[in-house]
Amino acid sequence: MARYFTEEHEWVDVEGDTATVGITDYAQEQLGDVVFVEVPQAGADLTKGGDAAVVESVKAASDVYSPIAGTVVEGNAALEGEPELVNSSPEADGWFFKLTIADKGELEGLMDAAAYRAFCDDL
Amino acid sequence: MSKTETEVENQAPEKLPLDVWHRAQGGRMVPFAGYEMPIQYEGIKAEHDWTRSSASLFDVSHMGQLSITGENAALELEKLLPNGIANLGEGKMRYSLLLTEAGGIIDDLIVTNTGPHLALVVNGACKWEDIAHLREHLDDSITLTHFDDFALLALQGPKAAEVLEGLVPGVSELTFMTAGLFKFNDQHVWVSRAGYTGEDGFEISIHESHVEDLANALVADERVKPAGLGARDSLRLEAALPLYGHDLSLDTDPVSAGLTFAIAKARRETGGYMGHAATLSRLDGGSTQKRVGLALDGRLPAREGAQVFSDNSAVGTVTSGGFSPTLGYPIAMAYIDNEFTTEGTALEIEVRGKRLPAKVVPFPFVPHKYHRKGA
Repeated sequence: MARYFTEEHEWVDVEGDTATVGITDYAQEQLGDVVFVEVPQAGADLTKGGDAAVVESVKAASDVYSPIAGTVVEGNAALEGEPELVNSSPEADGWFFKLTIADKGELEGLMDAAAYRAFCDDL
Repeated sequence: MSKTETEVENQAPEKLPLDVWHRAQGGRMVPFAGYEMPIQYEGIKAEHDWTRSSASLFDVSHMGQLSITGENAALELEKLLPNGIANLGEGKMRYSLLLTEAGGIIDDLIVTNTGPHLALVVNGACKWEDIAHLREHLDDSITLTHFDDFALLALQGPKAAEVLEGLVPGVSELTFMTAGLFKFNDQHVWVSRAGYTGEDGFEISIHESHVEDLANALVADERVKPAGLGARDSLRLEAALPLYGHDLSLDTDPVSAGLTFAIAKARRETGGYMGHAATLSRLDGGSTQKRVGLALDGRLPAREGAQVFSDNSAVGTVTSGGFSPTLGYPIAMAYIDNEFTTEGTALEIEVRGKRLPAKVVPFPFVPHKYHRKGA
C-alpha cells in the first residue's frame, strides 16, 4: 500500500482502485482540538482540489479538499461521535473518506513521506 | 486543508515585552490587535479547562493603559461616558462605554479611581482611536497619559487568589471590581480583581522591565500555566462577556447590546454625555434587536456572521460563536429581533446551507465565580 501526501496536509492511502483520505498529524496539530467533522456522503463525486469535508476546531472552521478526483465509497461515520479521533489518530482511525479513484495519473503529482517531511520542515 | 478564517494585518505586528518568554513557553504566535500574541501553548481546550479548575496566566499587554488627571477629570470624563464617574470611590472600578453622538459604541473599557488619577484600560485594537477621541473631546485642562511601557498580566481561575497572595501580599483582601497598589518583590504593581473569563482573578499592571520576573514567578507555581488568546476567547464567550469588534461595534449600542447597567440611572433623562439623545430614544423603545445567548443542538458550531432564522424569516445574526468546552455543546451570541428573544424560543442558525436547531438561553452560559464583597 502506498501513501501519498499533499501540500494541503492531506494523506492518501491507495489500495487497488480505492483511496483513503485523511489529514496529517501536522495538520491536526495546527488545527487544535477538533469538535466537529463533516465528511462527504457515499456516492458524492469529488473533483481534484474541490471541497470534500469540513473540520471545525475550537479555533475555526477549515475546509478539506479532495487530493484526487473520484466517487466517495464511504465517509468515516466514527468521526460523528468521536471527532477527537482526528487529534488522537489523524493518520489511522481519524481518516475522513474513501473514494474510487477516477484517474490514477493524478497520484503522480503528490509527495511521498520523505518529500512531505521535507516540505513540513521548510514551513 | 486551508484556513477559512484568517487574521489580516496591514502593518508588521509589534512585539510584546514577553515575546521571547512566550516562545520559550511553547506559545504559537499570531498577529492580533497589532501585536504578535500567543494564541495557544499546549492547546485551547486544555488551557480553557485549566483556567476553570486552577489558574492561568494571560498576557494582555496589548491593551491600552491610560490615565487622565486634572482638577475636574471625573466630570470631564463623564461627558464621554454614560456612567457616573464622579461618584466612583477610590479603589473602585467600573465597566463603561465610549459612545458616538449617534449612540454607537467606540469601545468598551474599565475606569478605575486610583486616587491620584482615573485609570482607563481600553481594548488593544481600539486604543489609538480611543486616544484620539479622548484628546479631541476632553478639556485642555485634562492630561491624558498612555502608559505604553507597562505590561498587563491576567491571572484567572479559582486558585488565582491563593497563588497571587503568596507573591503579592495583601491582594486577597481585594473584592471583585476593586483595585490597589501593592508590591511584588520591591516593585510597585497595580492590581485589580477583575478579568475576562468569568472566574475569580486579577489583572496586574507592572513596568515592562519587571514583567518577566513576575511571569516566571507565577508559572513556577504548579497551579499556574500560561494560556493564550484562544482560551481567552472561549472563556469569555461562556461568561457572555462581549468582545469589541465582534459583539460590539459602531453599529451596536448599549441598549441592544444589553449593557444598560453601564448607563447611570441618574443620567438616563438628564444626560450630559455624548450619545445621550440616541441612547434615550433606544431606552424608550427605539431598539429593535437585543444581544442574546443561543445554545445549539449537536456539535457543529455557528460562527460570527451566521444568519438566524425563525421558520423562513431572517431574525438576526451571530456575532460570536464556538464550541463550549465546559458545556460540551456549541454556544453563540447573536443580535435577534426583540420578539424572538424570550428565553426558550426555538430558532435555527444557518451554517453552510444547513439549518441548525438552537434555542434562546439566559446569560451567562457558564456561571460567573467572581469574589464579590460580602460573598
